[in-house]
Amino acid sequence: MRVRGGSRQGISMADEASIDTLGVTGEGVRRRDFINIAAVSFAGVGGAAVILPLVSQMAPSADVLAQSSTEIDISAIQTGQAIKAVFRKQPVFIRNLKPEEIASADQVDATSLRDPQTLEERTKVGKTNWLITMGVCTHLGCVPLGAGEGEVKGEFGGYFCPCHGSHYDTAGRIRKGPAPKNLEVPEYSFISDTVVKIG
Amino acid sequence: MSFPWANEYKPGNGLTQWLDEKLPLPRFVYNAVGAGYPVPRNLNYMWNFGVLAGFCLVLQIVTGVVLAMHYAANAGVAFDSVEHIMRDVNWGWMMRYAHANGASAFFVVVYLHIFRGFFYSSYKAPREMIWLLGVTIFLLMMATAFMGYVLPWGQMSFWGAKVITGLFGAIPLVGEPIQIWLLGGFAPDNAALNRFFSLHFLLPFVIAGVIILHIWALHIPGSSNPTGVEVKTESDTVPFHPYYTAKDGFGLGIFLLIYCAILFFAPNALGHPDNYIPANPLSTPAHIVPEWYFYPFYAILRAFTYDFFFIPAKLMGVLAMFGSILVWFFLPWLDTSPVRSGHYRPLFRKFFWFGLIPTMAVLFYCGGAPAAEPYVMISQVASIYYFAHFLIILPLVSSIEKPEPLPFSITEGVLGKDESAVLNAHPAAA
Ligand code: HEM
Ligand code: FES
Repeated sequence: MRVRGGSRQGISMADEASIDTLGVTGEGVRRRDFINIAAVSFAGVGGAAVILPLVSQMAPSADVLAQSSTEIDISAIQTGQAIKAVFRKQPVFIRNLKPEEIASADQVDATSLRDPQTLEERTKVGKTNWLITMGVCTHLGCVPLGAGEGEVKGEFGGYFCPCHGSHYDTAGRIRKGPAPKNLEVPEYSFISDTVVKIG
Repeated sequence: MSFPWANEYKPGNGLTQWLDEKLPLPRFVYNAVGAGYPVPRNLNYMWNFGVLAGFCLVLQIVTGVVLAMHYAANAGVAFDSVEHIMRDVNWGWMMRYAHANGASAFFVVVYLHIFRGFFYSSYKAPREMIWLLGVTIFLLMMATAFMGYVLPWGQMSFWGAKVITGLFGAIPLVGEPIQIWLLGGFAPDNAALNRFFSLHFLLPFVIAGVIILHIWALHIPGSSNPTGVEVKTESDTVPFHPYYTAKDGFGLGIFLLIYCAILFFAPNALGHPDNYIPANPLSTPAHIVPEWYFYPFYAILRAFTYDFFFIPAKLMGVLAMFGSILVWFFLPWLDTSPVRSGHYRPLFRKFFWFGLIPTMAVLFYCGGAPAAEPYVMISQVASIYYFAHFLIILPLVSSIEKPEPLPFSITEGVLGKDESAVLNAHPAAA
């Protein structure tokens, strides 16, 4: 091949053809195209791989996840009383239901509810009086009222969220207002009769 | 770009001559906002708000950088560090009030800028790109202001962060993981506060970048004007400097008078007292509302209390709230009337003044009111009208309306049809 001199116009048609067919394999693939595609794909895969750590760093870090279980002594909670505990930096309501409250929760036909569940499904066997739920409204996350002494309990005697007016009943089930779901029951177990482990 | 009769930049001395050859920055400024940029001669005061918005951004960046020198983005000390700025740092109270009220001023100015666009249909061809970039800037501003409001870590900061990230929780299936990912935890905490600070620092500079594109796109067709008639001859324009530098300067003076009156005499009038209570994850304030500039959109969010076919009420509210701004992106194609200015569109004008404006006012009021009747019902009616205005009324009006006659040119619109007046005012055009 001749050394290319001056402008492109100076190259004859024959030269052009010889440049274009340079390094073409038997199947008609140019070596340069191969290098080009290989290099750009490699850079592309590398670029995409960097996204993973960039996205994942925003997820909860190990220490945040490590705060994920709490033990609580419930011996001091009298019938009809409730306490607010903290689990994953969010409030948990632990409520010792009165027999009337259990009765009123059992009276309603669960299938007619927005989020159909019975009190039995939301408590542990033999411990239906212990209603343990997150104190986080399933609408947009406010803390409902009703666990503290003297707080309003809403039209159904359970909890009331003042943010946009969601009413929960004595089983923590959504009965009225914009919230879509019942108050979440966290994972928990009774370590003894007086201590529960949440998480 | 620009018109053929634009003044040409001539370096005045050896230094500017040298600079013009190496980096023609003075030439760029001269052509962008100087005597080299011809602008319609009839712009009214509604055209001041673009420059004012730029001023507000600079104000926020300057005061923000100063605040960042004293602020600590850690959930344990953030609230106290803001109190430290207020009480101990020299002039700290002024910097913080200037920044907090600067955000409000920024939104006032930008709303007027946007409504100028609605009335004069500035979004129509050939200015669609300017409009699209403008709506993008508005979305970025909303994100920036929201994250800024979280930084003082008061009760409103915390619960605002919780409720707004909760909106993402409404997305089916992936909603909750997304919310946890955004917050870096199960509720707003250190991780959320830190990333919000990082992004709150970054986004204003992204906004500055989009503003550069916005103005670049503007300088291709040039500004529109109150008649909506395009520039035809040199007599339709005046050079930006000194005419509009003076007019904008006057407007800036008025703006600063009002801004300073609020800054020095009522610096907390636009804020919420609850934000002077440190964040408490275990107790929600009785009445949570966002900052005033989000009220209309917050009202739309809360207007949806019933499930809509298979879409749950919560998701509907979120979609409607985002949709109420995204619909602006489609305006250039929804409003098909060939006439731009509302001055020549009798029917459009009625729907603007007696439809859109009162609806926005009602939504604004309801967004700040408690989530109870009658406000919920009123917000529902207003939300329906809001969407109907853009999606139904505008296209319909455009097709049935008979516009009033337009002036032949901007000059004629300003001076009337008198030929000699036209010539006397601008002998150069003859
Ligand atoms: C688009 C421009 C900006 C807007 C709309 C904006 C908005 C806000 C708002 C609403 C607050 C809460 C004010 C309060 O109640 O205390 C805030 C706080 C803050 N901003 Fe900005 N900001 C902007 C730009 C910046 C920039 C560029 C920086 C830093 C480089 C910054 C740094 C801060 C800091 C450190 C705080 C916390 C101190 C405080 O709460 O007063 N901001 N911002
Ligand atoms: S957050 Fe509870 S009703 Fe909206």
